[in-house]
Amino acid sequence: MTGPLLSAVTFLPALGALLLALFPRGRAALVRWFAFLVAAAAFAVSLLLYVGFDAARADYQFEERLSWMPSFGISYHLGIDGISLLLVLLTTFLSPLALLSSWRAVEDRVKEFSMSMLLLETGILGVFVSLDLFLFYIFWEAMLIPMYLIIGVWGGPARIYAAIKFILYTLTGSVLMLVGILALYFQHGAATGTYTFDLPILARYVAPGGSQVWLFLAFALAFAIKVPMFPFHTWLPDAHVEAPTAGSVILAGVLLKMGTYGFLRFCLPLFPQASLTFVPWIFLLSLVGIVYGAWVSMVQPDLKKLVAYSSVSHLGFVVLGLFTLTPQGIVGGIIQMVNHGLSTGALFLLVGILYERRHTRLIAEFGGLWKAIPAFSVLFMIISLSSLGLPGLNGFVGEFLILVGAFAWASGLPAAGPLAYLVPVLATSGVIFAAVYLLWMYQRVCFGEITNEANRGLPDLTGREWAVLVPVLIFIVWIGVYPRPFTGMTEASVQALIAQVQAKAGIH
Amino acid sequence: MSAALVPLAPLLLVAATAGLLIVLDLLPPREGKGHLGVVALAGVVAALAGALTLWGREGRAFGGMLLLDNFAVFLDVVICYAAALVLLLSMDYLRRNGMESGEYYILVLLATLGMMLMAQAADLIVIFLALELMSLSLYVLAGLFRGRLTSAESSMKYFLLGAFATGFFVYGIALIYGATGTTALDRIAAASGGLQRDPLLLIGFGLLLVGFGFKISSVPFHMWVPDVYEGAPTSVTALIATGSKAAGFAALLRVLFSTFKVAQPDWALLLWVVAVLTMTLGNVIAIAQSNLKRMLAYSSIAHVGYMLVGVVAGGALGAGGVLFYLLMYTFTTVGAFGAILLLERGRQEAVELDDYAGLAARHPLLALTLALFLLSLVGMPPTAGFAGKFYVFGAAIRSGYIWLAVIAVLNSAVAAYYYLRVVVYMYMREAEGVPTRPAPSFAGRLALGVALWGVFQLGLMPAPVLDLAQAAVAPLLR
Repeated sequence: MTGPLLSAVTFLPALGALLLALFPRGRAALVRWFAFLVAAAAFAVSLLLYVGFDAARADYQFEERLSWMPSFGISYHLGIDGISLLLVLLTTFLSPLALLSSWRAVEDRVKEFSMSMLLLETGILGVFVSLDLFLFYIFWEAMLIPMYLIIGVWGGPARIYAAIKFILYTLTGSVLMLVGILALYFQHGAATGTYTFDLPILARYVAPGGSQVWLFLAFALAFAIKVPMFPFHTWLPDAHVEAPTAGSVILAGVLLKMGTYGFLRFCLPLFPQASLTFVPWIFLLSLVGIVYGAWVSMVQPDLKKLVAYSSVSHLGFVVLGLFTLTPQGIVGGIIQMVNHGLSTGALFLLVGILYERRHTRLIAEFGGLWKAIPAFSVLFMIISLSSLGLPGLNGFVGEFLILVGAFAWASGLPAAGPLAYLVPVLATSGVIFAAVYLLWMYQRVCFGEITNEANRGLPDLTGREWAVLVPVLIFIVWIGVYPRPFTGMTEASVQALIAQVQAKAGIH
Repeated sequence: MSAALVPLAPLLLVAATAGLLIVLDLLPPREGKGHLGVVALAGVVAALAGALTLWGREGRAFGGMLLLDNFAVFLDVVICYAAALVLLLSMDYLRRNGMESGEYYILVLLATLGMMLMAQAADLIVIFLALELMSLSLYVLAGLFRGRLTSAESSMKYFLLGAFATGFFVYGIALIYGATGTTALDRIAAASGGLQRDPLLLIGFGLLLVGFGFKISSVPFHMWVPDVYEGAPTSVTALIATGSKAAGFAALLRVLFSTFKVAQPDWALLLWVVAVLTMTLGNVIAIAQSNLKRMLAYSSIAHVGYMLVGVVAGGALGAGGVLFYLLMYTFTTVGAFGAILLLERGRQEAVELDDYAGLAARHPLLALTLALFLLSLVGMPPTAGFAGKFYVFGAAIRSGYIWLAVIAVLNSAVAAYYYLRVVVYMYMREAEGVPTRPAPSFAGRLALGVALWGVFQLGLMPAPVLDLAQAAVAPLLR
């Protein structure tokens, strides 16, 4: 493949945002179409990545490297492997849909909203394609501002509180990561004589034990806050509830994945011994997150909050899968990132559709929607089932692989005895709880008689809403029935990652 | 011009312009002194260009009392940028407030001259003279809006505390002279037997640090900052926050790194504590401010803390990082004060947070500009603020001061709260009462444009300037 394809995908949305700035005020329809088309174009270009990607290779592909600040060993270095490709595609896939979903929900300052969404997309894509720690950090931080504005300007009643909480939490984590990045840079430079922020080069270096633990913690805290793992999750429900639908879709769909991606791309290969040391702690926090998130979801009166807490639970699964360090667990974790992006993104879209009609998200306000808006209810059913992991839909594939990975991990630890099996067993309980809270929610919203007169005569899905939901639905079924194209994309990279971690940690 | 004066060309240009202004001020018209501002600006820009052409030259003048090296050139450039931007901002601002006068421009130039003199001083006596020239001009400037009580208070407070600090400074010089028999910066080191062996020198050095601490407003000598910054005319505040700080750091770095190099472990330890206190106190108190000028005053204290991190770290990256930081801080801070200065609500300057509510809806471009300056103060990439913090904190980590770096980055996270609160008001709240509107000032907009260019130039392409900054500190470190 020729040409700087990755740069094109990454910066196309930002370019669109800059062009949008020149648009006259008050031409909302034009602005909406333009932003949507730009995001759709980015998706189209990203499909070229998919076409040109060689899944048999484990190394980075579509690499671009330009010297940026040579005296510091900073370069503009992009590249993707099977792990990042899926997340890039997920981002470019969800962004146009999120924009499309906001056509009626956002009436105020449409131009600025669309610009923020496009800049956000560039920031997130940049995180997934950067292979230079400095560049990565710039995207990681720069993406905070558009998200902050999206929550704070176009959000709900408590939006300012939520926006500030979001940014302070994530900023605290990321500035400590900055110290970690710099410490790694100087340590590597002092040890090898090469001062560089280049990830592939740094990944070959094994930091000495004591400092590796600190470096791991500096990175892991930033990622744990972003995921978010228990107990750093409290910003998430606030941000989700207050954010506009499009913001929630991107937040749940791809932004949280930056945390799990960070664990996979940075923590594991850069600090393998420390990662192994902390596996019990990570598992503990993941399990607490899985179970606690599910329990808290169960009692939420607000649909959006319910979905938000279910994210905490689902992402606990993902992190668990990644840290089993088994091929099934990691592939499952990656697939589950995509699944969560699709299912939870779609759930937020559906909640948004309800909210646009009724201006409330309280479960108690609904009931019997099956009779009023059947098409909506069918889609809501399918997507809830996908989220709770029904076989045949996407969620099952990811959760199954993660649980297999967890069992494989436990059986690889004969020293721990049967205690190790507690991990997969407790994780499985999360699947059951997910069924409880999702089905119970569904029952209260859609089944029974219409108890609230306001729900009678609600309009069913419009053409635009179908256009937003059907693409998501296709992938939900596709991954559920035939996940091979998706898992196949990542397997080579995952195998290489595991081999690298084991070689560096001295395990055979 | 004789060859001996070449190293002083930037200084002489500013001094000559100041002289010219005094003459021009006497000529008609009696009202409307805007043309004096243009002349002053031309002089400062000429000095800036002159300084740039002197890069790479070394020289001394007046029997070695003044010198020129890359360090001096770099700081001359920083100071000239600060002065030029402040002059651009002043022109229309003074007219709007009915305070346009020839003295203003003359005093700004004299203050600038003092600042540049500090950067080029090779002798403690010259540093003292320069400090006084700068400070006395600024005392008067702070009180320029003589009809306003706050302005008078600002001037008085600045003068009293400043005079007190200068007293310490002179006493320090006297003790050092007593201990070593010289006031020349490069001869003190040779003539002394080290700080430990000579208590006189130690006390003298300590008193010098008090004087510098006052000028750069580090804790515990920061008390004057909020009142002075709030009360002084905003253009003057911008000059105090940037130019005088750069001048203070110029002399401080020279004294620390060349004169008291042997004592580096000792002063680094002291400044470690001062840095932590300065940034923490500045940031914590800034959170409680509802007046933007006061908030920026405390934030400027915090930024001094960050710069001291670079001083503690030392080496080419640390000291060079401080120079880079000063340049980026000049662009960012003049920009932020400039945006405030352009905004008015009714006949009043808009300085309260409430004045900024809903600004983004009515004046999106100005709100965006101010937001970008604030983000640069937060240290968000890809603005200059990020590059500046990256270098000074990186230098600290390289020198092994990990905890200092951790405290510093956590401080920047805290600072994000109060900077972003302004963004909250501008973007997320509705306006009430009389709307805030920007004054129609071309010069002011030009200043903001230049500052914004600096913020992104240094943010996206920081390496060339940092290389220059590192080359600039080389003469100090050898």
